[in-house]
Amino acid sequence: MSSTLLRTTPALRGALRASGALKATGALSSASFVRGKATLPDLPYDYGALEPYISGKIMELHHKKHHQTYVNGLNSALETIAEAEGKGDLSKAASVAPLLNFHGGGHINHSLFWENLAPASREGGGEPDGALKKAIDSDFGSFDTFRKQMNTALAGIQGSGWAWLVKDKSAGTLNLVTRANQDPVTGPYVPLVGIDAWEHAYYLQYENRKAEYFEAIWNVINWKTVAARFEKS
Amino acid sequence: MVSLNTVWQYLALQSPLQLHSTMMSGDSFNLIKMGVTTFALPALPYAYDALEPHISAQIMELHHGKHHQTYVTNLNKALESHIAAVAAGDVAAQIALQQVIKFNGGGHINHSLFWQNLAPAGSDETKLEQAKELVAAIERTWGGFDTFKNAFSTALLEIQGSGWGWLTREAGSGGGLRIVTTKDQDPVVGGDVVIFGVDMWEHAYYLQYMNGKAAYVENIWNVINWKTAEDRFLGRSEEKNEL
Repeated sequence: MSSTLLRTTPALRGALRASGALKATGALSSASFVRGKATLPDLPYDYGALEPYISGKIMELHHKKHHQTYVNGLNSALETIAEAEGKGDLSKAASVAPLLNFHGGGHINHSLFWENLAPASREGGGEPDGALKKAIDSDFGSFDTFRKQMNTALAGIQGSGWAWLVKDKSAGTLNLVTRANQDPVTGPYVPLVGIDAWEHAYYLQYENRKAEYFEAIWNVINWKTVAARFEKS
Repeated sequence: MVSLNTVWQYLALQSPLQLHSTMMSGDSFNLIKMGVTTFALPALPYAYDALEPHISAQIMELHHGKHHQTYVTNLNKALESHIAAVAAGDVAAQIALQQVIKFNGGGHINHSLFWQNLAPAGSDETKLEQAKELVAAIERTWGGFDTFKNAFSTALLEIQGSGWGWLTREAGSGGGLRIVTTKDQDPVVGGDVVIFGVDMWEHAYYLQYMNGKAAYVENIWNVINWKTAEDRFLGRSEEKNEL
């Protein structure tokens, strides 16, 4: 069932592939199944590289501890599903769905997040150009309006969650969406840029002043990555 | 004095069906009389550093002085807008405000309950013998206090995202004890009595425990105010009406 599940969950499959970790092992007792094992992706920059906008300590905990916990939780959910499948215990497999969504979503979201950030001294910050700029101008009026709307969406999240710039594949337009907790972006939406609004993403540095974090993070958005995602979508 | 019960009643009214009858019966006028714009941050019943080493003074100061204050401020703002929307007969605006009122009203209720159900470690209030009847009921329900404690801790750690864990006594004559969790700032409403609650938002522990929330959950037991818990369990608490 785990392989079936991966086939029907493109975003999850994508994340597993992105981390280069989809591989067959026969490690568990019933040697007849294939399972994908997620692994923590390396950061494409040093922990301190996003300073002063995001502190090295936040980045280290966020990547090494929080993201790792989602990776572990995802693998454990997949193992439970595979074991339950082996025993034909479908209700047991189904009972893991919330954990699969939470940890699988956490792994996907953070994997996308690290890549859509970059040091301000390198690709980070500035404004998009080319086709992406044109699409943002046409769907939001201007980059500035888009940025303001994204910050409003982030500020409006009640609890933990994410805000995303997405492309709606069916309509062909760009949209802003928010997701609760670690719910991944799915359906007709292709995630282009995500901003983590969980308190663990900013609290050590910004404490309760989350609006300052939402302002600061634009200095480290990697528009090159976002443009590449847009062109592929 | 601010009536916390007012927020409870107010949140209980937040259903579209009742919204209609609220408007028709002229309750909008009562909303003003209820003084709904006067919610204020309650004083902590102890100093910011009183819960150390289990909860740091810095956490307490931010949590009370900033986070709770923000819920109070935004609740008052939302209620003002809501009164205006009721007066204008603007149902769409009222519906749009429901979630804002629920979030900030819940945040105010939840934190008000939380501060009162904590006490400095080692104080008389944190001794289990302050809650003889509650503990007896817990043992009847879970078979043992430690079993309850483990079940409660597990429930706290299984919350996905921001939320709260509560020990409640169900409304009605049965009045059974239950462990419930609520997401974000959803409050316990509908007549169930909160015995005590634990805040599992990251802002409640992150500056001290960071990703080690299991240690926060372990340590919070040292600062649970069992006297408040017993009072709430026995219906002796007046804080629901006057907090």
